[in-house]
Amino acid sequence: MNDGTQAVEQALSESSTPKPATETKHVKILNRDVNVFYGEKHALKHVDLDIYEHEVTALIGPSGCGKSTFLRCLNRMNDVIDSCRVAGTIEIDQTDIYTSGLDVVQLRARVGMVFQKPNPFPKSIFDNVAYGPRIHGTAQNKSEVEEIVRTSLERAGLWKEVHDRLDQPGTGLSGGQQQRLCIARAIAVNPEVILMDEPCSALDPIATAKIEELIDELRENYTIVIVTHSMQQAARVSQRTAFFHLGDLVEVDQTDSMFTNPKDSRTQGYITGRFG
Amino acid sequence: MTDTTQHTPPGGRPRSSADAIKRPVLSGPHLARRYRTERIFKGLGLGAIMVAALILFILVGSIVSKGYSAFWQSYVHIDITFEREDFTDETGTITEESLARADYFTLIRGTLDELFPEAASDRQLRRKLYGIISPNADLALRHQVEADPEAYIGKTVPVWIKLSDDIDSVVKGYIDRNQPEDRRRVGNVELSWYDSFHKEGQIESFFNVDLFTHGDSREPEEAGILGALVGSILTLAVTLALSFPVGVMAAVYLEEFAPKNRWTDLIEVNINNLAAVPSIVFGLLGLAMFLNFFGLPRSAPLVGGMVLALITLPTIIIAARSALKAVPPSIREAALGIGASPLQTVTHHVLPLAMPGIMTGTIIGMAQALGETAPLLMIGMVAFIVDIPQGFTDPATVLPVQVYIWADSPERAFTERTSAAIMVLLGVLMLMNALAVILRKRFERRW
Ligand SMILES: Nc1ncnc2c1ncn2[C@@H]1O[C@H](COP(=O)(O)OP(=O)(O)O)[C@@H](O)[C@H]1O
Ligand SMILES: [Mg+2]
Repeated sequence: MNDGTQAVEQALSESSTPKPATETKHVKILNRDVNVFYGEKHALKHVDLDIYEHEVTALIGPSGCGKSTFLRCLNRMNDVIDSCRVAGTIEIDQTDIYTSGLDVVQLRARVGMVFQKPNPFPKSIFDNVAYGPRIHGTAQNKSEVEEIVRTSLERAGLWKEVHDRLDQPGTGLSGGQQQRLCIARAIAVNPEVILMDEPCSALDPIATAKIEELIDELRENYTIVIVTHSMQQAARVSQRTAFFHLGDLVEVDQTDSMFTNPKDSRTQGYITGRFG
Repeated sequence: MTDTTQHTPPGGRPRSSADAIKRPVLSGPHLARRYRTERIFKGLGLGAIMVAALILFILVGSIVSKGYSAFWQSYVHIDITFEREDFTDETGTITEESLARADYFTLIRGTLDELFPEAASDRQLRRKLYGIISPNADLALRHQVEADPEAYIGKTVPVWIKLSDDIDSVVKGYIDRNQPEDRRRVGNVELSWYDSFHKEGQIESFFNVDLFTHGDSREPEEAGILGALVGSILTLAVTLALSFPVGVMAAVYLEEFAPKNRWTDLIEVNINNLAAVPSIVFGLLGLAMFLNFFGLPRSAPLVGGMVLALITLPTIIIAARSALKAVPPSIREAALGIGASPLQTVTHHVLPLAMPGIMTGTIIGMAQALGETAPLLMIGMVAFIVDIPQGFTDPATVLPVQVYIWADSPERAFTERTSAAIMVLLGVLMLMNALAVILRKRFERRW
């Protein structure tokens, strides 16, 4: 059998968290017939996908298949791209996030995002984390801001490493630390959903392991959607996996059954490493 | 496969010996050619820099060699007797008013008459005699006496009297005595008077403070650049106050908020075109709009600044846009991603990061505005103005126009002052560039 599949199976067996029964779960984000166009290009076709609360949903698929495009629909980051047009229904907690009256800025406060390349602000570590609470007015005074910065960094597993140099530039940290700083910055706003677009692709294995651990912990309080090109990572951190291919959502299932028993031949081809 | 030890990549096609791998050749003619091109390139670059440096050296050298003497002014040391009754009022007391009313003019002339009695009889000769000192020497003397009356009145005190520009030229060696008298600016008599002073060691040169404290004057030795300098500063202040905010706003809007469509494309093309419009056209526009239509005052820094703002606006917009473009998009995504509004994203993150670039562009624009002459001629800033402008609506001129005015004057002494004014202009430019560097350093975040 292929090396890749073995590794995935191993990762699945290592994954300690018991897979909860999804029937009782609350659907946090509901996607129905989501289509995305870049100008003439139909980048995402008829996607129906439920994302459950307190679960990690992994989006996998060969590059260019529309994973990032889908992820960016969920906090309307696609609005920034002039040529991009989104059609269909996306509801978070039963409210359509594409209705005309919706405040995009508030939506993004509810749906945080961590990007592929760590992108801390060229400001101090403290200011990076404090920025969100400051603009959203969640902290009333200085000590509250400090408290939020501290807890956010602690939850991002960065506090021990940076507590004595909060005034130093965030861009001076290592790649893995920068990405955890970005996660801390995202959770400082206390969002309900965190979107992560290949958060570990620029990191070494040790930094990756730390972030995966972190994602697993964050699941308790947040709903997480993560794009990854590593199937081992999907297997390790996610409870549910969606496989995209050429703009189609081919298959979505609980992660363990997806990797052990893929229903579609394309999924099988991808996870066994025949293409991708 | 001929070589069984060679590894065949999985899925790869087995190599035959026929298409053996071509490795890069690391020696031979190819390498020699590369080294030669690199040498030639380096040589050409060095040559270009040397040519530029040589031209700069010649330019600065000629200006300095022509203009350095303007920073000196010669004076003659003569004893003047200050009779008490010349400075008192009707009651015989010395008051501020009586000091101001005293006739310093006659005092100096009387002293000269006593020194050279042979000239006293001839009216024409006397005029020549009075012509060796600056016509405004009495004013300077009055200020001196008013500052400390006790030291002068009732005594005979040696004072420094400023020499006229022609005698100053003699002191500086600009007058060729071998030329026939009618071809010389200074006649034989004047030269003989100068010689007698010189023999006694009564002539000395001092740093020409007046050059920096006076406005323009018909008398070269009285003329200074302070008026033009203040005019330039006032004008540039108006320019900066108008073009910086407007330019940055326009750039931010176009770069960060405007939809990319035909209209914004059109605006962009026109801004670039505007940057290439000859500046005199803006001068004509200013004349028609600001002076004739809005009735703003002629020759005023306000209007000059408005015209120059039009000229620098495209420069600032273009520089600011490219500075904004250079801010990595990941910063915008990061800010938007945690729920900053587009305006917060720009004001908190993008604009501060673009600031050094915007500032450099602005200073380049200001330097360009500082050197503009033609458009200001159109709105009357070329006038002869003695008074130092006190406000934005006072008539004023600017440094390059002062250079232009002095370069147009026939007197030898104005030639050196022209170069001196250029030096001051260059000095201001260097100061602005230094400021640009400091501001850059200040705002630049190396992280
Ligand atoms: N800004 C854009 N403009 C036009 N096409 C885009 C843009 N972003 C992505 N695409 C196209 O949409 C498709 C999906 O891209 P993406 O979602 O980034 O894929 P991935 O699954 O690798 O994240 C690709 O074919 C890509 O070329
Ligand atoms: Mg992607």
